[in-house]
Amino acid sequence: MTKGATRPAWWVGAAALLAVLPWVPGLQSDFGRSLLSQMGIAAVFALSYNLLLGQTGLLSFGHAVYFGLGGYAAIHLLRAVNGGWPIPVPLVPLAGAAAGLGFGIVFGALTTRRGGTIFALITLGVGELVRAASLMLPSFFGGEEGVTASRTEAPRWLGLDFGSQLQVYYLIAAWLFVAAILIHAFMRTPVGRLCNAVRDNPERVEFVGYDPRRVRFIAFSVAAAFAGLAGGLHAINYEIVTGEAVGATRSGAVLLMVYIGGVHHFVGAVLGAAAITWLQVSLSDYTSAWLLYLGLIFMGMVAFVPGGLAGLAMIHLSALRTRAVAAIARSYLLALPFALATLAGAATLIEIAYRRSTQPEAGALMTLFWIPMDTAKPWPWIGAAGVLALGAAALARIRPRVAAAWERAAEEIHAHA
Amino acid sequence: MREIVVFSLLNGAVYGLLLFMLSSGLTLIFSMMGVLNFAHASVFMLGAYLSWQISRWIGFWPALVVAPLLCGLVGAAIERYGLARVHRLGHVAEILFTFGLAYVIGELVIMAWGRNPIENRVPASIDFAAFRIYGTSYPFYKVLMTMISVGMFAFLWLAFKRTRVGLVIQAALTHPRMVSALGHDVPRLFVLVFAIGSALAGLAGVIGGFALLTEPNMAAALGPIVFVVIVVGGLGSIPGAFIASMLIGVVQTFAVAVDYSLADLLRALGMGLPPGSALREMLAIKLSQAAPLIPYLLLVLMLIVRPRGLMGTRDT
Repeated sequence: MTKGATRPAWWVGAAALLAVLPWVPGLQSDFGRSLLSQMGIAAVFALSYNLLLGQTGLLSFGHAVYFGLGGYAAIHLLRAVNGGWPIPVPLVPLAGAAAGLGFGIVFGALTTRRGGTIFALITLGVGELVRAASLMLPSFFGGEEGVTASRTEAPRWLGLDFGSQLQVYYLIAAWLFVAAILIHAFMRTPVGRLCNAVRDNPERVEFVGYDPRRVRFIAFSVAAAFAGLAGGLHAINYEIVTGEAVGATRSGAVLLMVYIGGVHHFVGAVLGAAAITWLQVSLSDYTSAWLLYLGLIFMGMVAFVPGGLAGLAMIHLSALRTRAVAAIARSYLLALPFALATLAGAATLIEIAYRRSTQPEAGALMTLFWIPMDTAKPWPWIGAAGVLALGAAALARIRPRVAAAWERAAEEIHAHA
Repeated sequence: MREIVVFSLLNGAVYGLLLFMLSSGLTLIFSMMGVLNFAHASVFMLGAYLSWQISRWIGFWPALVVAPLLCGLVGAAIERYGLARVHRLGHVAEILFTFGLAYVIGELVIMAWGRNPIENRVPASIDFAAFRIYGTSYPFYKVLMTMISVGMFAFLWLAFKRTRVGLVIQAALTHPRMVSALGHDVPRLFVLVFAIGSALAGLAGVIGGFALLTEPNMAAALGPIVFVVIVVGGLGSIPGAFIASMLIGVVQTFAVAVDYSLADLLRALGMGLPPGSALREMLAIKLSQAAPLIPYLLLVLMLIVRPRGLMGTRDT
């Protein structure tokens, strides 16, 4: 958690950013606003997940259960609203939060008895249980087609009919803002502080006289409520909820978002949610191998950048104030072309192999990085492998320079502190 | 009726042994390093694909040996060049690393063999009837699967109890620091254990590949069940993993054969159905439909009744 996040100015800035984003050139279209809406939903979900992973040290592989069940509760309520219930649409996500909280309490009582590895396994099991059940109970889960409802067939509220993507975006942004404030405030309560203590040293918490099981249970239920809220927003945005909303893929995706964003910073979850959603939407347009890239990025982050994007940003911000910043920038500039070459070489190899195995009907001719190539011949493979090898070799040579520049920056930061 | 029982028992035992081959490797790796290897089922899938590919080149019998060995090499590489680096960052980082690896292996399999299931048929050399019971022939390949799994376990058991390396590994499972202080190279033992566990998964892939469907989703389908097995059996306990594997194997196979629902049971007992459409729908689910749910129900039940698992000794 950053110190700056407690300042009111920070929150005002965040609100202003959320308000301005749909008017930024490039995001003004319906597509851009829909992308922003998806990012907002993912951000609420990721913030709720970071309450578990980052703040309480609980690694869950089944958090989508509460997202999905919240989504189902909201879509069923929305159907009732379509049928004449006088409930304004902006309040429908609260039904999702309530359902998330309810199921979080029920399943949390079972799963939070222990932390660590066994907690991770049990959440995985509960996730599979709910996913399997979703296929067996079509009257609630809607079977293969899912459950649909309309967000526009509802009583108008302040003149809003939610017919345009812009109105939906502002609804999501408002809930994101509220959820972020609430989660941030929760972390400052004594229970929230105990969550951090349970993460760092559960035995000591027990010794001081608190029950780590109860702390885990409370954190789990609260996180489930916010996951349900995100599910409710999902229901309003898409007007449909299907069984995959509770599935393992979504549980895995939120884990990736939070970890890649950075578990040690409050904004990390939001950063990760925005980045991964953008990757999902844009990369999947260009390549069918995007899951492979995502997996590789994730493994690389786990091995080399455990602080995530937020941690990376923080290090660079603190380095900006040192005199070594010029040396760092120079070493980066030197490394940049070779890094790009390495990536391009690797991506070319992956793309050719993917095309040949998954789309043989598309033919052997393809264009990558503006170069037309015939994948039936060996030269694209050899060329790409050569570029990859040369780039990697050059990077290995430049690496000591980058490390030396950072060493100087670290010395300076330590001298100041 | 007796026919169903006998066949379900036979098939359940074969499935259970397959599960045990996977869960024993996972348990070995877990008890040694405290690492939950999410990529374990992916190595199993890799074994199935590799054996299919290799048997097309050099025949089934050589593939039966070569594919598990390759999987063992893959496992050794995962530990040596991947996990060993992440080790200093703690258990969560290790789990996450293998989680990412599962994605990557799954996509690499798609890259090499495509998205559709491959035609991984039972090889002709072992596709004949072993014996006949109740007028139905029982295929030889299932007998072979049983023989291979049982033989493998006998071999491993002897290796662990009777050889020097086995004894050192056993000691390192519980007292890694002491073993290291006595001059044994514990990181190398880690690589060895990872290789053995992965080779077991690969072998399970070879013989499970044609019994199950060989497709890019098979790791995601079987992985969670294997995790259920090791929790129900008790984390870190190999006998527990055996009992849980057989239990889940037999119960799930039986369930598939039973075409009755709770509603049928209530009717047979002369009771009426309760009102409420959702409840009726739940009661009307046939046991055969609910079969995929059973391992997870067992998991939840076990957590309520006995949280440490069947044979679990230590809290994790």
